[in-house]
Amino acid sequence: MLKLEARAAPSQLMTVASPLLALVLTAVVAALILAAIGQDPLAGLRVLFVEPLTGRRQVSEVLLKATPLIVIALGLAVCYRANVWNIGAEGQFLLGCVGAGGMAIWLTTQGIVLPRALGVTVVLIAGMLGGLLWAAVVALLRDRFNANEILVSLMLVYVAQQIVNALVFGPWKDPQGFNMPQSVMFHASLHLPPMLERTRLHVGFAIALVLAALVTLFLFRSFRGFQLQVGGLAPAAARYAGFSARSALWTGLLLSGALAGLAGGMEVAGPIKQVTPYLSTGLGFTAIIVCFVGRLHPLGIVAAGVLLSLMLIGGELAQSRLGLPNAMASVLQGLLLLILLACDTFIHQRLRWTPSRKASA
Amino acid sequence: MNETALLINTALASGTTLALAALGLLINERAGVLNLGAEGMMLVAAVAGFAAALTTGSDTLGFLAAAAAGAALAAVFGLLVIFLNTNQYATGLALSLFGYGFSAFVGVAMVGKSLSPREQVAIPVLSDLPFVGPALFSHHPMVYGAMALTVVIAWFFYRTRSGLLLRAIGENPEPAHALGYPVRAIRLAAVCAGGALCGLAGAYISLVTAPLWVEGLTAGRGWIALALTVFATWRPARALLGAYLFGGVTVLQLNLQAQGVAVSSHLLTMLPYIATIVVLALISRNAAFIRLNMPASLGKPFRPGS
Repeated sequence: MLKLEARAAPSQLMTVASPLLALVLTAVVAALILAAIGQDPLAGLRVLFVEPLTGRRQVSEVLLKATPLIVIALGLAVCYRANVWNIGAEGQFLLGCVGAGGMAIWLTTQGIVLPRALGVTVVLIAGMLGGLLWAAVVALLRDRFNANEILVSLMLVYVAQQIVNALVFGPWKDPQGFNMPQSVMFHASLHLPPMLERTRLHVGFAIALVLAALVTLFLFRSFRGFQLQVGGLAPAAARYAGFSARSALWTGLLLSGALAGLAGGMEVAGPIKQVTPYLSTGLGFTAIIVCFVGRLHPLGIVAAGVLLSLMLIGGELAQSRLGLPNAMASVLQGLLLLILLACDTFIHQRLRWTPSRKASA
Repeated sequence: MNETALLINTALASGTTLALAALGLLINERAGVLNLGAEGMMLVAAVAGFAAALTTGSDTLGFLAAAAAGAALAAVFGLLVIFLNTNQYATGLALSLFGYGFSAFVGVAMVGKSLSPREQVAIPVLSDLPFVGPALFSHHPMVYGAMALTVVIAWFFYRTRSGLLLRAIGENPEPAHALGYPVRAIRLAAVCAGGALCGLAGAYISLVTAPLWVEGLTAGRGWIALALTVFATWRPARALLGAYLFGGVTVLQLNLQAQGVAVSSHLLTMLPYIATIVVLALISRNAAFIRLNMPASLGKPFRPGS
């Protein structure tokens, strides 16, 4: 019979091959779903996975949407490597939008015009602080009250969305906005500078790449990053070495909160340019998938961020071109993660055929 | 109907969803498996139950379809974590994300349709009693079902051999394995039972409370149910009590909104989530107490013969 047995050492090949295999299997399931609802599977797959890469504008949109995914996932990678399960990046992202949006609205309505570099920096820092504070609530409750960080961070997502709603339906509503639940448009000096002419792609993407390099250095070239990962892999060994689990908890959560907040700031100061109730379309949750598909490694995360963004844009195209429900993209995302986790089994284990005992007896 | 009686009535009704889900999660957590996919299972079950009830016109079939959908998703989760030893946190999360997307995907055709309001079943004689009658004895059958289930599950856990075995596996699977019990099959059964009950919980929203389907209908109740199992320190009766308590908070919040209290409705909507966080923090404060009550192998994979 077939039996799973532990490998002597993790398979290097499977570590890299598993996400690719998962992607192929997800595409196969996507084709099956398309066929089941009466679409041409090949044409559908083309719209979902290839079309978003045809043409300069499309590619710039893919990179634009990949930006927040990469930035959030970089923070989550540090968190997960420390074995701290922050799954509320969505909430920290929203509070980042609130922080950055609040600052931008205040500067705009007060008529304060800063030089663009300064204005944008101030807004982004406000966003980081917003996300950082929201994650600090999780860290505090875990540290002081031993409250499960998974549940607390997730609950705070719902609270964060209501904070956004309360603000845009209340004090932040644009007085000249025909009673629409949205804030004023931010002053032009607070918009993120574009990175590519005649597209919406902004410098945030470059910032994301720099951050990927910095997180790589932090994880693999700093003592602090080392301590954090030992704590995640072998808590007892970390304790014996005198590495503080509390400090790993705080570092992981504050860093991931700040990065999610920064991503929020870049979204409001980038493509959105105002605060509305519809700031996030589950980017904080998609980033979790990005993080796993990218093997919790900054370079992998950049690639996975582009891939998941591609699927999101592909989903939008499939909605407008083929009339598919817009949830198609989130079905595929969830599937990708499930299939990936199954494939990952074979990093540490392998299948072996053993003759059944009955046959030999 | 007396106001307090009405409040109790609606608190029980709205707590029933949480009770069903929390009781289900208790079963698989007692066997040592943590399923963070509760929200996803509830969503898919809610849409499955709604579709079944809409096409057949039968609530019973709706609930059955929902339980089957919940159990099917749970089986996928179970196969991954129990037989392939995948990370329980990540897999549960993946199930929740998938469930959210999948329910929205298949539910598109169901949006905007609604079932007629459900009828309540008044228990004869008892429901005529003043105060307690309207508060406790005129409800949808599923409300009584959740109460009965609590008793059944408590009896199963503490008064049957199989319940003892289930709890033993949750504490430490090795001895049970050594005695020849099929640990992984038992865990899979527990996970499926949990999924079926989460399915009933999802259908209770889409068939009774709402009764309609919209994307993200469950609004985090699966996650609140997960918090409830901690609050209940993994005991069925406390889970039921906690569910009614949270049902009460939700109802209170809605009542305050309806009465036009001078607080933003958005802030009131936060109330159940904040209550969950506060309660979770208070109950978890004593780490030793939680460790003592938590199934010792919760979340840990079991690899026989390794």
